[in-house]
Amino acid sequence: MHELSVCQALVDQLRDLAARESAQRITRVLLRVGPMSGVVPELLEHAFPIAAAETVADGAAIAIEDAALRVRCRTCGAETDATPGALVCGRCGDFRTDLVSGDELLLVSVELER
Amino acid sequence: MCNTCGCNVTDANRHLLDEHAEPHHQHHAHDHRHGEPAPKATGTVAVLKRLLDANDHEAAHNREHFDEHGVLAINLMSSPGSGKTRLLEATIDALGGELRIGVIEGDLETENDAARIRAKGVPAHQITTGTACHLDAHMVHDALHHVALQGLDVLFIENVGNLVCPASFDLGQHRNVTLLSVTEGDDKPAKYPVMFRAADLMLLTKTDLLAVIDEFSPERATRAFRALAQEGPVLAVSAKTGAGLEAWLAWLRWEVAAQKARTAAGETVRPKIQADGVALHAQGAA
Repeated sequence: MHELSVCQALVDQLRDLAARESAQRITRVLLRVGPMSGVVPELLEHAFPIAAAETVADGAAIAIEDAALRVRCRTCGAETDATPGALVCGRCGDFRTDLVSGDELLLVSVELER
Repeated sequence: MCNTCGCNVTDANRHLLDEHAEPHHQHHAHDHRHGEPAPKATGTVAVLKRLLDANDHEAAHNREHFDEHGVLAINLMSSPGSGKTRLLEATIDALGGELRIGVIEGDLETENDAARIRAKGVPAHQITTGTACHLDAHMVHDALHHVALQGLDVLFIENVGNLVCPASFDLGQHRNVTLLSVTEGDDKPAKYPVMFRAADLMLLTKTDLLAVIDEFSPERATRAFRALAQEGPVLAVSAKTGAGLEAWLAWLRWEVAAQKARTAAGETVRPKIQADGVALHAQGAA
C-alpha cells in the first residue's frame, strides 16, 4: 500500500507547479499508469483525496489513463502485446524482449485556475 | 556527508536537471487585459514527469555518494522471512576478511537485524520505517549520515520484506538482488512480476529444505523468471549449509570489481529496469 506515498509525491509536485504557474487551485490531474508500474490505479484514486486535503489540489478530480503493455523482441524484432506475467514475444515466443510501454507512472497534465 | 549534497551538477546527474526544465504550456483561456473584469482563467499545463521524480532525484544523489567512495550498493529485496539477514551473515562469514562490508537494515520496527549484523563485527544502521512498507531514497539518505562509506567495498541495503512496494522506489543502488526462498512457491515471479522484473540477480534461498519440500521446482521458478524477459542470473544457495554460496560470492566479487572499474572511469550504473523506464518513457514522451 505504497500508493499513499506516491500520491504524497504527486501532491508535492502539484504544489510546486501551482506556485510556478501562479495558480489558485488545481481542478484536474491526468496520470498515465501502466500495468508494470507497480501501483494500482484504483488505490491511487482512493489515496489522492487524502494526500490532497487542505492543499492547492484539494477537491481536484483525478483521471488515470492506462498504458498498453507492449514488448519488442530482440530476436525477431516484432512489437507485440504482452501480459504482466509473460513479457515474451507474441510472434516467436522468445523471452529476450524490451518493454516498449507499460511501466509508466507519469503526471501527464494538470488543469488549474489562476 | 551532506556538505556535498547541494545540487552539484555532474555528468551523472545533469539529465535530471534537464528534466526539470519549464513545462510546455497549453493555455485554454486568453489573457484579459484592458481593465475588463477578468473571468477565472483556467489552463492546462502539460507536464509528463515521473510521479516519483523527487525520489529519483534524491536516489541519484545517493548514487553519487556511493560512487564518490567507490562503494557498490546492493538493494536486497524479498518477502519477509526469506533469509535476507541470514544470507548477509553467511556472506560476512565468508568474505569479512576480504571485503569491507556495511549494512543498512530496513524494518517496520526493532533493531534485531542490525544487532545480528553488528554481532558479526560489521557496521550496521537500522532504519525503522514505522508503518511504511518500503524504503525510499530519502530514508536511505538519512541513514547515510550514520554509515561511514569511506573504506567500504560494498553496502547492502536490506529492504523491508515485501514483494510489492520496494520495487517502485529507486534508492540509489547499483544492483537489485531479489531472494525467493523455496518455502514460498515457485510461481512467485509470475505473481509479483514488477518485483522480479527489477532483479539483476534472483537468489533461490533455503535450498537445504528442497529435500522436504518437493512442491518447489527450481526449474519452474527459473522459467517464471525468464517469462518476465529476464536474462539475469539465477543462483541457488543455502546460507545454512553453504551449498551454492560460492557462486553468489563470485557474483559479488565480480560486481565489486566492476564498481571499482566504473569509479576509476568516472562512470556509474543503475539497476537495469529503472534505467529503462526513465529512458523509454519520461524523456521519450516529452
